[in-house]
Amino acid sequence: MTAAQIIFYIIAAFILVTAFLSVTTTKIFRSAIWLLFSLIGVACLYFWLEVEFIAAVQIVVYVGGIVVLIIFSIFLTQQSGKEMLKPTALRTAASALAVLFGFVLTYLLIYKNDFQSVNKPFDWSVSKIGNHMLETGEHGYALPFEVVSILLLAAMIGCIVIALKSKPEEK
Amino acid sequence: MNEVPVSHILFVSTALFFIGMYGLFTRRNMITLLMSVELILNSVNINFVVFNKYVWPDKLDGIFFTIFIITIAAAEAAVAIAIIINLYRSHKSIDVESAEEMKW
Repeated sequence: MTAAQIIFYIIAAFILVTAFLSVTTTKIFRSAIWLLFSLIGVACLYFWLEVEFIAAVQIVVYVGGIVVLIIFSIFLTQQSGKEMLKPTALRTAASALAVLFGFVLTYLLIYKNDFQSVNKPFDWSVSKIGNHMLETGEHGYALPFEVVSILLLAAMIGCIVIALKSKPEEK
Repeated sequence: MNEVPVSHILFVSTALFFIGMYGLFTRRNMITLLMSVELILNSVNINFVVFNKYVWPDKLDGIFFTIFIITIAAAEAAVAIAIIINLYRSHKSIDVESAEEMKW
């Protein structure tokens, strides 16, 4: 085993173990912290895949944004040390079985398909991504870029409207 | 360049997806449901990047899909948390069982 392989298997085990703990712990704050570790593990996987730009975006948006938002909302809505209700044994067993069968089916499909890597270098660079992002030609992503910017604006306004304590008639 | 077979990396993303599904099935708290959705979106992102890097390395479509999914996930998390906080104000609970006025 080379060093790259060993590092990959360590990262993979880290991601899966922390994700599993995140969905099984009974304390909600611990669950959020395990989710944080799992997302950091995914960022490490992107570093291992040598797509550093996506890894940086992952750390900035997920670890720095979404997890902090989730932790804020935990503090706003309930006591973080409180134990959550455990699911019933029947529900746990049924979901575990369903998930296991789904996983086996999906992975068998992937395994039978046997994706081979074409041994070509993968040349991405931030300038290339930026050029494609604002291009209107064949491989241009200018339209999705604009649509996503509208979506972000709509989401921002929507959040403010939803979370506002609106009693306009009681001014 | 490619010491690890592609299917091993896809194993990680598949397992992450189904761990997220397990969370969706067993959890009853809305914030933890949101966390499970984030896990699922992450597994999809891993898939896009891996296929882009190993199977079609001369294009950048997987990278772009990953960037857009991350953006939309951020917007989705923000809207979901706004809804959850609003629900907490009116119901004093963020359990999915307590919000069933619109069920029928």
